[in-house]
Amino acid sequence: MMQRRLQLLLLIGLLCGLAFALDISTGPSSLPLRDVWAGLFDPSALSDAQVTIIRQVRLPYALMAILVGAALSLAGAEMQTILNNPLASPFTLGVSSAASFGAALAIVMGLSLPFVSADWMVPVNAFLCAFASVLLLEALARSRAAGVEGVVLFGIALVFTFNALVALIQFIASQEALSQLVFWSMGSLGRATWTNLIVLALVIAAVTPFSLRAGHAMTALRLGEDRARSFGIDVQRLRFFSLLRISALAATSVAFVGTIGFIGLVGPHIARLLLGEDHRFLLPAAMLTGALIMSLASVASKLLVPGTLLPVGIVTSMIGVPVFLALILRRPERA
Amino acid sequence: MMAGFDDALGVIGLSAGYGGRTIVHPLDLAPVTPGQVVSLIGPNAAGKTTLLRALAGLHPAQGSVRLGNRDLLRLPLADHARFVTYMPQSLPQRVALTVLETVVSALRASPVDGAIGSDQAILVRAMEVIERVGIGALAMTGLDHLSGGQRQLASLAQALARRPRILLLDEPISALDLHYQLRVMKLVRELAAERGMIALMVLHDLSIAARWSDRILVFAEGRLVADGPPAQAITPDILASVYRVAADISGPPDRLHIDLRDILDD
Ligand SMILES: Nc1ncnc2c1ncn2[C@@H]1O[C@H](COP(=O)(O)OP(=O)(O)OP(=O)(O)O)[C@@H](O)[C@H]1O
Ligand SMILES: [Mg+2]
Repeated sequence: MMQRRLQLLLLIGLLCGLAFALDISTGPSSLPLRDVWAGLFDPSALSDAQVTIIRQVRLPYALMAILVGAALSLAGAEMQTILNNPLASPFTLGVSSAASFGAALAIVMGLSLPFVSADWMVPVNAFLCAFASVLLLEALARSRAAGVEGVVLFGIALVFTFNALVALIQFIASQEALSQLVFWSMGSLGRATWTNLIVLALVIAAVTPFSLRAGHAMTALRLGEDRARSFGIDVQRLRFFSLLRISALAATSVAFVGTIGFIGLVGPHIARLLLGEDHRFLLPAAMLTGALIMSLASVASKLLVPGTLLPVGIVTSMIGVPVFLALILRRPERA
Repeated sequence: MMAGFDDALGVIGLSAGYGGRTIVHPLDLAPVTPGQVVSLIGPNAAGKTTLLRALAGLHPAQGSVRLGNRDLLRLPLADHARFVTYMPQSLPQRVALTVLETVVSALRASPVDGAIGSDQAILVRAMEVIERVGIGALAMTGLDHLSGGQRQLASLAQALARRPRILLLDEPISALDLHYQLRVMKLVRELAAERGMIALMVLHDLSIAARWSDRILVFAEGRLVADGPPAQAITPDILASVYRVAADISGPPDRLHIDLRDILDD
């Protein structure tokens, strides 16, 4: 059982590596995988131009796809567990929209905060708004009156509210700010820089060990809140810290690539179907499946319309919607 | 490892409710001694689940619940969980975990009595409980693939695995067939005797409650109506006033035969 799961994890990891290489190889000038390998590990074998394309242009995009996929999918997996709702994800419950709103505010209003440099104001504000929306969801999830459906409905309301607010800001925004805003609402890997990559990698590296450590508690929470508390788990604390992690992951991702939908929903579901809900396996598996899907979406975004690089958010939504419907319509299996 | 008499369970002035509405009125219980099996009976909506959850520290309550000289409701959650385990009335649906995984997660959630360290030791202890409950063959089966009764047994295994001093079971046999009803009641008695565990369970089947309990608490409208050995607590008068049924009760004290004649309308 344990073995089979480790093997599966390894397999998904390998597929991720393959998708990553494929992502680097596709583009206006398609490179054979052999050259991708050489470009990464043995640059002397290639021309300078090829090395530059691989290392400076395609590598950051491809890495960003992997990191954002992993971060959003981990956030989705945790969210589904702590809110006890299979439809929860940063995108469906408005956390991504809140981050977009925060970013839009910062871009257009030129907000500033003490101790935050101007360069970072946009992602920081995106983070703050995302965290605020997550806290709202948390408060609602905790009040028994709302129930599971209530949280989802509220999340959907958040999506519409923040989208409307972003549209409002776009309406009054200057031409220059507008192009920046559009980037947000579409979701694109186009602005991957090494600094962004490092920040996101650090956030993931800082968050993941805590997620994994909470794995046992989250597994127990799947058995119901009363039971988990009776087993000695401080569910409120678990929720709070998990929401903190979710907002760090979701907000940082959204801050760098804009709104990317459905990865946080579809990634965890595929991982759950493959490996079950022992969170020690589910959480890493969700990261890997998220990274894999995002990487494939990035490849697709370059191939779908030849000669055009589509914003990757459009592609994930195109893949995500049918998968999402399939998940909703899937009947509970009975043996 | 028999606990001494000072580790009795005491309940003093315990009350609980929802919002402004009191459901469990201040309740005092004569000490429940280690090894005792107590059944809580009463009509629907009497407040049995609320009382059990209050005892388990899951529902805000006034008053105190003592185990020996510990005030359980004031203990931090993880400490509390060393002594008390609560089995809710139901398990959630749509959970992709195997029976074994759920029992393991119960053991890993927080420290349990009889320190267990390695993964191996936890697996062994989990399997042992699953076997004892009688679903050894289902250990690797997903929760969602179980029948209603099998789910209830899995749920029981999760609670038993923690080896609490006080085991609170909310209708543990409501979905079980005759064989497993008996099996669970025998198992609870055995564990109570073996470890000096106190078992307090909500039951709706009075014959089973009478046959397998040392003591019966009859609860109605949030108040204790009767408390004592089965033959004292289950009488035609009490059944008439609490359940509004007419019943004949016969047989020796530990084998009460309850014959329900009719419902009483007021
Ligand atoms: N979450 C809640 N909010 C408000 N009132 C509640 C809540 N849960 C239960 N109640 C009320 O408290 C009373 C006692 O409910 P409780 O679940 O404790 O009854 P019970 O004795 O366990 O009944 P049953 O035998 O049907 O399980 C009922 O009147 C019920 O309506
Ligand atoms: Mg009840």
